Amino acid sequence: MAFPDNLHYTRTHEWLQIDGEIATVGITEHAVELLGDLVFLDLPEVETQLSREDRVAEIESTKAVEDIYCPLSGKVVEVNDGIADNLENLKDSPYEQGWIIKLRITNPDEIKELLDSAGYKEHVESEDH
Amino acid sequence: MVDFQGWDMPVRYSQIPVEHQQVRESAGLFDLCHMGRLDFSGPDAEDWVNRLITADLTAIPTGRARYGFLCNPQGGVIDDLIVYRLVDRIFLVVNAGNRERVVSWFEEQRQELDAQLADRSEDLAMVAIQGPDAAEILTRVVKAAETPIAELPYYHITNAQLSLQNATAAPARIATTGYTGEPGFEVFLDTQLAEALWETLQEAGGKAVTAVGLGARDTLRVEAGMPLYGHELSEKTNPYEAGLGPVVKLDKKTSFIGDESLRRIREQGPERKLIGLRVDSKRIARQGMAILQNDKVVGEVTSGIPSPTLGYPIAMALVDKSVEAPENLEVDVRGKRVPVIPESLPFYSSVRKKTAKVL
Repeated sequence: MAFPDNLHYTRTHEWLQIDGEIATVGITEHAVELLGDLVFLDLPEVETQLSREDRVAEIESTKAVEDIYCPLSGKVVEVNDGIADNLENLKDSPYEQGWIIKLRITNPDEIKELLDSAGYKEHVESEDH
Repeated sequence: MVDFQGWDMPVRYSQIPVEHQQVRESAGLFDLCHMGRLDFSGPDAEDWVNRLITADLTAIPTGRARYGFLCNPQGGVIDDLIVYRLVDRIFLVVNAGNRERVVSWFEEQRQELDAQLADRSEDLAMVAIQGPDAAEILTRVVKAAETPIAELPYYHITNAQLSLQNATAAPARIATTGYTGEPGFEVFLDTQLAEALWETLQEAGGKAVTAVGLGARDTLRVEAGMPLYGHELSEKTNPYEAGLGPVVKLDKKTSFIGDESLRRIREQGPERKLIGLRVDSKRIARQGMAILQNDKVVGEVTSGIPSPTLGYPIAMALVDKSVEAPENLEVDVRGKRVPVIPESLPFYSSVRKKTAKVL
């Protein structure tokens, strides 16, 4: 299981790559593993304005439907259009090809609330027990 | 592993669609020890069972099996089951989650009858092998059978001796019943020998056989349009609503619990009906989701899966009897409307033909 050091994480299993005011968001390898066989991903519209912890997308597997939460307040500037038809990318390349949306961050103060790689790894391990 | 009616069971051994496809194309092995297995014996055993089940036991000869229900006085389904007649006993296979309820229901209704009920669920194991290659594989493990198993028609049972590693004698009951829509067998034998049977079948089948978990067991039975207790069936559903009226033998000589209510339901026609649906999306219609027609709620989903054989999501739903036109049906998936199209049941089965009736 990979926990890349250059990313930020949430307790609800989203990851973020922050580059200036743009955050690229996806779901972690651990989240994909928990979901199992993926069947559907519902993406938001570009330009959608979101607050932290708003529902940003919905992902469905054969087992369950789960919400993906927005880890930071911001505006959706880009969505990974191809991903809905290539859900295997979420599994095979969760931190690269499997990105879901890009956000323009409106409240940078929220970044410090995110977990780092070590913190997320610890969170995952504690959930397993 | 998941908890299923108090049993620790694997959802899958490898991948659900892989296990599913293997059952459709060659063979799959199922550990069904969670199911309830009950033996009835003694002079009044037939009468006792016949007073409670919807099948007509007097019309079931030795070596045959029938699907049936235990109903409450209102005609609601307490459990669905398979009843088998062996030379010296009546044998019932009931659902894991209903086993205790079924045993106490029988005891409550025993009255003065001279018969014994033995709950064999723990000492008699249940293993199924299902799929087009099942007969060939199981035959290699059978030393002797009252009827050669390859000649046993659907819904029959025979006593047999198996040849298992490290076991001098391995008596078993072998039935041609199943829950997959494929030909196959359910084998009952001493729990002490269950592991040896499992291993011997895996060895005999080689690559043609795979272990199948609860996940594929569900996708196989939904494609085959077979009901699952707690989904299509409950005490709030009667057999006519579930489309299983022919299983209720109202003309049998013995009166049985629920028969008066069931007669009335048949005469008046059921209030709801079970239908098959194709979901026109990748989304899965799940149990409890509302079915709408022209914006009005007309029923709810009882089971739904992505169908590995058909390549699109399918569902079964209980809908109001007023649903007669196939147009404008939708399922409410977490607030989003997704179109559904009625499809006749079973969706897919190699042992049962598709019915002409869609709605």
